[in-house]
Amino acid sequence: MSQALAVFAAERLVHLSAVDVVIIAFYFALVLAIGWYLRGQSNTGEDFFMAGREMTAWIAGLSFLSANLGSLELMGWAAAAYQYGILATHWYWIGAIPAMLFLALVMMPFYYISKTHSVPGYLKLRYGEAARTLSSVSFAFMTVLMSGINMYSMALVMKVVLGWDINFSIWVSSLTVAIYVALGGLRSAIFNEVLQFILIWAGALVIPVMGLIEAGGWSNLKAEIAVRASAEYTHLWSTLGHFSDNPMGIHWTGIVFGLGFVISFGYWTTDFLVVQRVLSAKDLRAAKMAPIIGAAFKMFVPFIVILPGLLALAVLPQKLMGEGAAVASGGHSYNEVLPLMLARYAGPGLLGLGITALIAGFMSGMAGNVSAFTTVWTYDIYRALINKNASDEHYVKMGRWTTIVGVLISVGTAYLVMSFLSIMDYVQALFSFFIAPLFGTVVLGMLWKRTSSQGGFWGLLAGTLSSVGMWTWVKVDPSALRYVALSPHARDMAENMYRALWSWIVCVIVTVVVSLLTKPKPDAELVGLVYGVTPLPHEGDVPLWERPIFWAVVVAAVFVVFNILVW
Amino acid sequence: MRSGGGISIWFFVGVSLLVNGALILGAGMWQLVYPPASPVVLFHLHANVWWGAALLLLGIFYSLRFSPPRAS
Repeated sequence: MSQALAVFAAERLVHLSAVDVVIIAFYFALVLAIGWYLRGQSNTGEDFFMAGREMTAWIAGLSFLSANLGSLELMGWAAAAYQYGILATHWYWIGAIPAMLFLALVMMPFYYISKTHSVPGYLKLRYGEAARTLSSVSFAFMTVLMSGINMYSMALVMKVVLGWDINFSIWVSSLTVAIYVALGGLRSAIFNEVLQFILIWAGALVIPVMGLIEAGGWSNLKAEIAVRASAEYTHLWSTLGHFSDNPMGIHWTGIVFGLGFVISFGYWTTDFLVVQRVLSAKDLRAAKMAPIIGAAFKMFVPFIVILPGLLALAVLPQKLMGEGAAVASGGHSYNEVLPLMLARYAGPGLLGLGITALIAGFMSGMAGNVSAFTTVWTYDIYRALINKNASDEHYVKMGRWTTIVGVLISVGTAYLVMSFLSIMDYVQALFSFFIAPLFGTVVLGMLWKRTSSQGGFWGLLAGTLSSVGMWTWVKVDPSALRYVALSPHARDMAENMYRALWSWIVCVIVTVVVSLLTKPKPDAELVGLVYGVTPLPHEGDVPLWERPIFWAVVVAAVFVVFNILVW
Repeated sequence: MRSGGGISIWFFVGVSLLVNGALILGAGMWQLVYPPASPVVLFHLHANVWWGAALLLLGIFYSLRFSPPRAS
């Protein structure tokens, strides 16, 4: 992506009017004002790192989703929709909804009742210091690196779309995030994420609305795509019977078990970046409702991400192409599909709001990374390993400085990536190594009281190393793909899914075997952490529509209907 | 959600929608009077007029409903 973007940087896609610039400037002023307003309300550790644990279900739920809605995610999946068709929707539906509902109903009670500050903190309570250290160091390291990569990619997008200088984009956006998170802590990040969530929808929704009007509705859109691309582009499941029957080169088992089970559950239930938002909820009911509210909105995100990609297939006069071809021919690449559609329909004002949506997406993702990094560093590394007995005030001060330092490391990473572009691929692969095994470790720890401390640690380590091993194997010998991904036709995405599945299985097997060979923790030490020995609070005599399980069933039913509608 | 008895997040959301809506509506009205030389696709639908108006109305509602004096 980056090479193509750099080449096209000379010819910007859109030109902003004065009113567009005012809208963007107002956005920056408002997020800083919110940080300034909240500066006096984050003086204790609970306030700064956990937003006082007083967020309503709606705030925690929207923030939970917004932290995941980065602008690169918006642009990347719109590009994937143009390239692979509606198959990209799997990452929003089966790749998210079941896991979010599982988090709400099954895992949230243990996270919440244990009063942990973080996911590594839960591992400490359940398995001991070794598992926490392994998890927290890898998470902190990868989070700031990923933040830097996203920062660099976003700056490149701004250069291509608007002609902005890369240094300007990097420093203005990162310093803004650093200021408002350092001032107001997690509360400020969450407030801004809610605002950013609203702006993303307000700015991006105009594309599918206008696009559907131009295409003549959904039926005409499908017919046009069948002519200009292929009828398979508008089917979600019916082409997944064989690897070679669909443009993604993937089999339904990879989607269901690799994406829908391991990757999705790993990300949505154990990645502290998103789980931290739910931990800020004011009570257990709010903590359970927050992921359900997030899931309800997540189901509709394809309307502003996937649908624009499909509409572009039908209405754009030019054919978009891969990066290499775009560089060679001077055309536009898949990655430019969202800005191209924005420029197609959005006049002055609307264009500014659309660009604000992209910037808001980037900043919400970065604030999520920074606030999660700050908490894990302060509580799970600094307090656990370096300075155990400092005052609460000291840790808050450490948190504020860590916010600044975390942003500066991210900026440094952004410049490092600028010099060595291949780092981007390696770091993204590295991040995937930890997610699937971590889910195995956490879910076994929550649901099986026999899991021992040694089992948890060695399972996590074995799962991570097996993932690294499979990735290296395919890099050294590409023909190994037929073993790792079960088919020589498998593409990168399919390989990622199967690698995640195998590493999760390795983690679970090693955890179970080592646990059976070692001494379990006594039940008394597992209260509040494990199913079966933890008394779960009863919801009381409340009406059906106030129970999380009711809304989870509603969301699940809509999820099934949506999948059937575009089968 | 209020923080320490302060301003609701929904008030900030309302202010944002109000200001953005007013600016977009204003730009749309300007283009009604002075049509651009190279209009966007479906310009005749004047998306920025009705989109801006919708945001403005929503912004007014949220700003008033969650305004600090009313909240206190």
